[in-house]
Amino acid sequence: MVTAEVSRRTFLKGGGALVVAFSLPSELAAQSVPPARSVKALPADQIDSWLAIGQDGRVTLYCGKVELGTGVETALSQIVAEELDVDFRRMTIVQGDTGRTPDQGYTVGSKTIQVGGPPIRQAAAEARQTLLSLASSHLGEPAEQLVVRDGVVSVKGDSTKQVSYERLIGGRRFERAVTKNAPLKAPGRYSIVGKPVRRVDIPAKVTGTHVYVQNVRVRGMLHGRVVRPSAIGAVLGGVDEASVAGMPSVVKVVTQGNFVGVVAEREEQAIQAASALKVTWQTPRPLPAMTALWDTIRDAPTTEKALVNTGDVDAGLAGAARVLHATYRYPFQMHAAIGPSCAVADVRPDGATVWSGTQGPYPLRTSLASLLAMPAEQVRVIFVEASGCYGHNGADDAAADAALLSRAVGKPVRVQWMRYDEHGWEPKGPAMVMEVRAGLDGGGNVVAWDYTVWTPTHSTRPDGQAGNLLAGQLAGAAQAKNPFIGGDRNARHPYVIKNERVTARWFAAPLLRSSALRGLGAPQNTYANESFMDELATTAAADPVQFRQRHLSDPQANAVVAAVAKLAGWVPRPAPSKRPPGSGVSRGRGIAFAQYENAFAYVATVADVDVNHATGEVRVARVFVAHDCGLIVNPDGLRNQIEGSVVQTISRALKEEVTFDGSGVTSVDWRSYPILTFPEVPERIEIALINHPERPALGAGEPTACTVPAAIGNAIADATGVRLRTVPFTAERVKEALSRV
Amino acid sequence: MAGDLRITVNGKQHRVDTSDDTPLLYVLRNELQLNGPRFGCGLSQCGACTVHLNGDAVRSCVTPVSAAVGGAVTTLEGLGTVEKPHPLQQAFLEEQAVQCGYCINGIIMTAAALLTKNPRATESQIRSALAGNLCRCGTHMRILRAVRRVARA
Repeated sequence: MVTAEVSRRTFLKGGGALVVAFSLPSELAAQSVPPARSVKALPADQIDSWLAIGQDGRVTLYCGKVELGTGVETALSQIVAEELDVDFRRMTIVQGDTGRTPDQGYTVGSKTIQVGGPPIRQAAAEARQTLLSLASSHLGEPAEQLVVRDGVVSVKGDSTKQVSYERLIGGRRFERAVTKNAPLKAPGRYSIVGKPVRRVDIPAKVTGTHVYVQNVRVRGMLHGRVVRPSAIGAVLGGVDEASVAGMPSVVKVVTQGNFVGVVAEREEQAIQAASALKVTWQTPRPLPAMTALWDTIRDAPTTEKALVNTGDVDAGLAGAARVLHATYRYPFQMHAAIGPSCAVADVRPDGATVWSGTQGPYPLRTSLASLLAMPAEQVRVIFVEASGCYGHNGADDAAADAALLSRAVGKPVRVQWMRYDEHGWEPKGPAMVMEVRAGLDGGGNVVAWDYTVWTPTHSTRPDGQAGNLLAGQLAGAAQAKNPFIGGDRNARHPYVIKNERVTARWFAAPLLRSSALRGLGAPQNTYANESFMDELATTAAADPVQFRQRHLSDPQANAVVAAVAKLAGWVPRPAPSKRPPGSGVSRGRGIAFAQYENAFAYVATVADVDVNHATGEVRVARVFVAHDCGLIVNPDGLRNQIEGSVVQTISRALKEEVTFDGSGVTSVDWRSYPILTFPEVPERIEIALINHPERPALGAGEPTACTVPAAIGNAIADATGVRLRTVPFTAERVKEALSRV
Repeated sequence: MAGDLRITVNGKQHRVDTSDDTPLLYVLRNELQLNGPRFGCGLSQCGACTVHLNGDAVRSCVTPVSAAVGGAVTTLEGLGTVEKPHPLQQAFLEEQAVQCGYCINGIIMTAAALLTKNPRATESQIRSALAGNLCRCGTHMRILRAVRRVARA
């Protein structure tokens, strides 16, 4: 069993910059930090599970959360350095290794800083208190008389009496519980948290030395490729092994149930063999036609759950001066990582090691253990960063593919998906339908609101089940059971309305395999809620900003709406500003607001769009975002996340829709699933950050994404008077809508 | 055709034993253990695999290794290092113009080829040159700032 270090991060001297050096697993480098610990030795209530101080004074954070490209390894390191009073450059981070890090579940839901940060901060505070107590004995002074500066404890007023952290504990264990009683540093004293510390991963990423999972090379490693069924649900008829018998370097054709793969010595030959292998499939009943998607969703049997039911909605609607009704539709979309999913697995009879870009090393471990029929303790999953995933993509599936192929050949196997594997088979963000009715009184106030969302679950993550892994499904694992998650996220609008009913109608079969995509159901629900608020504002002849503000009671909510209006230079006007339909290009401006999960970060976004009436083409020219996620740990990292959310969600709103036919997904490359390109991104994105150092830090990876589709749709309505109730706002769709005016 | 091919990568000569039509990408990654160029699509659609061949930005996923024989290949590793970064690499650091970074190889290589030919490239020229390089994290605004920083220097 291979238990090598995948990456060893060290600090190299040079201009004060943090430099990351690596040794590949095949090199079996000696560790500079305490070695792999057994899983049983990693309870979350022990300092040693989280932190180690080396004899060289370096601080290692063992973190169950993982870097997905969002900068959390930098931000989490800032939190530890701050609480421990050490220079940030002393930090090293080990992430997501079931052999070495605590189980922090999945890295998802904009929760890494929000939920993953506090236990790490507590452990660091406990470590600092322990060190102060050790220093007190060492220096013969009471702990209250001691101060810490960059890992050196000294006596107040007598800096000759001092001792370093490494002298006190370097290379040894704390052997101390995290009591949660250790005092946390007051935010007013922060000097590292809140600063735009440069990301630790970028030097290696811009020079080609960063270790992505795609770059993991294990000695004796072979290359595998999987041959997917000809249609979703197809059953294997037969495999003609002779069709690849003469091909160079082919080691084995592997078949298990409907799982088919080839293993070869060379990568390009594995690809050729997978393509040449003759496989016959028995095709199942075809999927419904794509044109029937919305009806299929609306007609599916559902489980109904009332999320809100206050006042008397029916009476409110009956008594309203005006009642509006609208249906919004949001298609299947995909994560569409630039680097297809990849994993290396080394499965031996006595244990397995898997290198994966997974978001959840521990849940993947139990799923793989189930797939391989091995005890979980014999499976080690080591996270290695992959191409950005934006949710549950093929990362876990590739690990399962590699595991089955490695077991079949008894050697380490690397599997990287081809582009058509990724586009075609990654779990999709599911299509949803949202329907809403609301009533306005004579004064233009919303007096009743009735909202229903039709959605499947947005999570089919591994969760310990082999049946949630594509290879598991194909190899005949028991069908996974997944709870209803995520489709109701932000289904409830953030406004104060006397009579309201919000209902989720959950359906079981989403047509295409689906799971979490950035924000889960929140962007879709916010698109419906915030588009409809604009439709109501239009009917009430009210300014969209003022209309929202007079229905908001939360001061933080009002503050971000006011902040974005100020940032954008919003000029109050009824919605929409009337434009003559016809020719040329017209500009419009729209706003949308959301509080993520109705409980976390507040975001308000204004989009300026240009709509070409002749072609229907929409260009998002400028975007303004006001953002309040409590305490800001790293303002530049936060801006990077917000900008990314804006650009990615413009792409989703304007261009993206997974297409399918009776057999399966037909969006199989970047031509059939285009995303936003450099010529199409906005002229500028402006951001106003609202910092609350006294409040907890909230997640920021997803909240902005919720607001973008509605802000664009509202801007299009402002520019043209035409309301688009189906995403994406493609040129064809906009042109068609304009032609109906 | 299998054969013993000689290619020059980042100033060093290598002999590789592979067939003529093997995509250059697999030779760079699997024979020479280089990590800069990356597999993204294998279809010349995304740009993640971009390298320089005689100074031109080419897609190594669809370039047969035989096309590189007698020419000079440069990868991201050959452009600069952490200790001695290329001005573009430095600019990407200054602007923190990376999220996951998987696409960054192709973007830096494409921009470097552009700026060699057109050192004062304008914003719209930079956008056009990068039209075939996809980024999914949405780091575009920072990337454009980083490239402009060098174009203005």
